[in-house]
Amino acid sequence: MSGDVAAALREPWDSLRRQREAAEFGVWIFLGSEALLFAGLLLAFAVNRTLHPAGFAASGRETDIVFGTVNTLVLLTSSLAMAVGSEAARAGLRRLALRALATVLLLGLTFLVLKGFEWAKDLREQLWPGAGFRLAEPGARLFFGLYWTMTALHALHLAGGLAVVGWLSWQGWRGTRPLGSPAFQVAALYWHLVDVVWILLYPLLYLGGRA
Amino acid sequence: MSGITADDAMAEAPQERQGDSYLTAETGLASWLLTTDHKRVALLYAAALTAFFFIGGAAAVLIRLELFTPASDLVSAEGYNRLFTLHGLVMVWFFLVPAIPNTLGNFLLPLMIGARDLAFPRLNLFSWYLFMGAGLLLLAALLLGGVDTGWTFYTPFSTGYAHSNVLLAALAVVLVGFSSVATGVNMLATVHLLRAPGMGWFRLPLLVWSIYGTALVMVLATPVLAAALLLVVAERAFGLPIFDPRQGGDPLLFQHLFWFYSHPAVYIMILPAFGVVSEIVPCFARRRIFGYTFMVYAILMIALLGFLVWGHHMFVSGQSLYASLVFSFLSFVIAVPSAIKVFNWSFTLYRGQISFQAPMLYALGFIGLFTLGGLTGLVLASVPVNRHVTDTYYVVAHFHFIMVGGAVTALYGGLHFWWPKITGRMPPDGWARFAAVLMFFGFSFTFFPMFVMGFLGMPRRYASYPPEFQVWHVLASAGAVLLAAAYLLPMGYLAWSLVRGRRAGDDPWNATGLEWRTASPPPRDNFRVPPIVEEAAYLYHPRHEGPRHEEQEPHRDQGGGT
Repeated sequence: MSGDVAAALREPWDSLRRQREAAEFGVWIFLGSEALLFAGLLLAFAVNRTLHPAGFAASGRETDIVFGTVNTLVLLTSSLAMAVGSEAARAGLRRLALRALATVLLLGLTFLVLKGFEWAKDLREQLWPGAGFRLAEPGARLFFGLYWTMTALHALHLAGGLAVVGWLSWQGWRGTRPLGSPAFQVAALYWHLVDVVWILLYPLLYLGGRA
Repeated sequence: MSGITADDAMAEAPQERQGDSYLTAETGLASWLLTTDHKRVALLYAAALTAFFFIGGAAAVLIRLELFTPASDLVSAEGYNRLFTLHGLVMVWFFLVPAIPNTLGNFLLPLMIGARDLAFPRLNLFSWYLFMGAGLLLLAALLLGGVDTGWTFYTPFSTGYAHSNVLLAALAVVLVGFSSVATGVNMLATVHLLRAPGMGWFRLPLLVWSIYGTALVMVLATPVLAAALLLVVAERAFGLPIFDPRQGGDPLLFQHLFWFYSHPAVYIMILPAFGVVSEIVPCFARRRIFGYTFMVYAILMIALLGFLVWGHHMFVSGQSLYASLVFSFLSFVIAVPSAIKVFNWSFTLYRGQISFQAPMLYALGFIGLFTLGGLTGLVLASVPVNRHVTDTYYVVAHFHFIMVGGAVTALYGGLHFWWPKITGRMPPDGWARFAAVLMFFGFSFTFFPMFVMGFLGMPRRYASYPPEFQVWHVLASAGAVLLAAAYLLPMGYLAWSLVRGRRAGDDPWNATGLEWRTASPPPRDNFRVPPIVEEAAYLYHPRHEGPRHEEQEPHRDQGGGT
């Protein structure tokens, strides 16, 4: 394994333990930054929800709760697979790690495909807040303005996560990246953030107005 | 012990050791464009920033030319809008925000804490490419006709009415924000995890502390700007209503989100300048920095409070008067740590053995100009006076005193101070002193008249104005000529010094700090022997004595041993 450690070690670090610490520290900082990115959008949502409670409740009833709930389950499961994958990589369990990462990729893609179907359905139901928008309640246009922005930004983050996990899995499979590399834990932390963001979006966009 | 070995190695080797410095370790264009050496990335940033400084400066020259006469004769009102927007966008995001952290900070941070490189060297290079990508987007926006919203992108004008390249410019700013965040993450991780043995938190030089504070603000504030601008893009490009009042949206929400970033951004620009001045003043006063711990807490306090004062940009927006009062109070509070810093620099000078070399002249100029900028900030922070001077040249003068008189002056000071370390050559001191003094007077002639005309009621962002203001505008425009000369002059003699300058020793200023304990210019890995730190920063004289006045007190090396 010492060759493995040497292969994973990068400048300017003297020890892999320290390098891993730095990588995780760095990504936590980055996640804090990401959290504030979504916090800006969530603030915009909260403000408008306070200004137009009826419109937001009415709009919340129009989103597709089946797609939303299934996607929530898919994403939560993918996070479990990601946790398994990253820990298996750290423990050097190659087959388990690669299988878990493949599951993550599959579930992430499922989420995006389902999201695509959901968006298509929303468009058919005239929920794009442009000309011909179906809802008349004041504030409904704002709700859907934020709905499209937030789900799109989230999907973009998920796609980024897929690219990273796909790249790491490819390298792990080819053997060009040692399993001891901190990158697997870093990718896992990012993936969990994308999951956490969705856990906030789900009740705001799908459950509001349905209670 | 190891420090002694390093010193011996340096003493033996003569100054002709250029062969293995970071500048000559590798050659060829690819060795620069693909480098992960923090020192080379710093120079890449410096080159890019110089180009943007010229672009933003050219816009400023055109603005001052236009304002020479009351009539709008050089450019149309529309063209004038595009000019000051260009000036603001370029100077804020493509010059001032990265100016010190990404050039001097990038170069010095690992050296000052005794590390071989930043924590994530490839991320560092990546952030430069992000910066360049964003810069090209912005240039495209400008070449395609410019932007007319002002650097603030206020809605609903930016989303619904502006007929200019708002989308391109907003995306450029979002992208450059990612570059900022990448830099911030890198610097924070470096300070946390790469300090040399013995380099405890309260032995860090204040430049490191101030960059640490800056990096925190960058990481936590920039994403909110990205969110706000992405919402602008969503509304303008895709018609998704967010801020549009006709559809129930709140345009003020944009201002809140925007200033939540853009006020802390002021501290992104000025905190590193504090750090630079805190390095220069003790060195040329031969004095330990007064109140080191207070300086550290003041930096952190400013970084924290910077997040809580954004509403003072919105006193006339119609926000609740109670909110205005709270923001006003907090804006007064944030002046306290800034004042602590000014007092501590002054006390560092007290009974110091001061020599007025060029970096010191810049630093002293900084202290004066920053103090004036800060005090006029208090005038603006009081709600009733703010009503009177909102959107006048008083505001323009105030923030230029902070950002230009403060941050740019400190950048030039730092550039002169560390030039020998970066290039191995001394700047010509006579010319440098002349430029430093010229910068102070040029700056004062340019911007002080703006306080007067602003208080008399001259509004900002107009191409034409009533003739009674002309005398002040002529003063400002004439001063701008001096200021431009003071900015161009160092570019000339610093370039000259690369070829003809006197070779610098490892520590030409007799300064403390690990960066001076290695060769000038440093080798690729910064230190031949990893340094071990045994002393606090700024040990220019023994702890309980002042510096002697007859002769220079030999200082003790920070990383150097016993």
